[in-house]
Amino acid sequence: MLTIGLTHYLILAAFMFCCGLYVMTIKRNAVGILIGVELILNAASLNLVAFSRYKTGLLDGQIVALFVIVLAAAEAAIAIAIFVNYYNNLATIDVDRGDSLNG
Amino acid sequence: MSDCGFRMEDSRQGPVPVFRLTLGAMLCAAVLVLAAPGLALAQADGGATATETAANPPAQAASVWEAVLFYIVGGTVALTALGCVLSTNIVRMATCLFGTLGAVAILYFLMAANFLGAIQLIVYVGGTLIVIIFGVMLTSKSPWVKFNPRPVELLAGGAVCGLLFAGLAVAMWGADWGRLTPNPDGFEVAHIGWSLLTTYLVPFELASVLLLAVMIGAAYLARPERGE
Repeated sequence: MLTIGLTHYLILAAFMFCCGLYVMTIKRNAVGILIGVELILNAASLNLVAFSRYKTGLLDGQIVALFVIVLAAAEAAIAIAIFVNYYNNLATIDVDRGDSLNG
Repeated sequence: MSDCGFRMEDSRQGPVPVFRLTLGAMLCAAVLVLAAPGLALAQADGGATATETAANPPAQAASVWEAVLFYIVGGTVALTALGCVLSTNIVRMATCLFGTLGAVAILYFLMAANFLGAIQLIVYVGGTLIVIIFGVMLTSKSPWVKFNPRPVELLAGGAVCGLLFAGLAVAMWGADWGRLTPNPDGFEVAHIGWSLLTTYLVPFELASVLLLAVMIGAAYLARPERGE
């Protein structure tokens, strides 16, 4: 219990992942959903770095985590641009109200 | 939804809660004060044991330091992630995300991924989070706006996520990970640069193309409407 190993990091990352999933599920604010996505991405890269450190002993996990960070930044920029347009069109950020295409 | 101490009602826009601000600042300072020397000690001892190759007392001390730090910082990660879930206020969610990202950066340092921890602080905490806060400011009429989900959604989502976490935790706790080969030294930045320009050259170039596309796309989406 006092020796920190792979399992500790994996369980912490699993907890973060489930928190992110729950945030994505229940929040109706679009920016809140984006926050859930960021939590999930962070949990994934924590897993990658933990495997790189404790399992393989290779650098690959860290490099892939680096790409995850780049992708998350790109995704956040585009998502915020879309949300601002959404807000300009509908005057709200509630994702349940964006049902204009509902047939 | 009972939001467990994260309540921030419309009627409470008056004075800033000085007490809670002070408490939060003191907690952050305590984590930092504990983290800095602990990290230094853990990494120094880890490096020493790596070169000496013998099982000696410093390794024990480093291991204990690492455990203490992991539980403090990991607890911060878990609590702030839970804060993101329980808070119904978008500003509070962004603040909790700030705590989570910063604590994950400390965990990267703890795993001797120094370069990645620095990048996490610079790009994630300094960039992505600022973009999110811009988004919060641009998309709400009042900082206290909130949309409450229906109870059935809360229940269903909570059940699914709780079951998922329980399953994952049980599976990971019982899993046999085979031969573990930890690297106490971590890697130098030069290795990451070398790897990016050899093995990972194609993803690296694709990432730069992606960033260009994102820049053009965001500028296109954010341009003002022209009446035609």
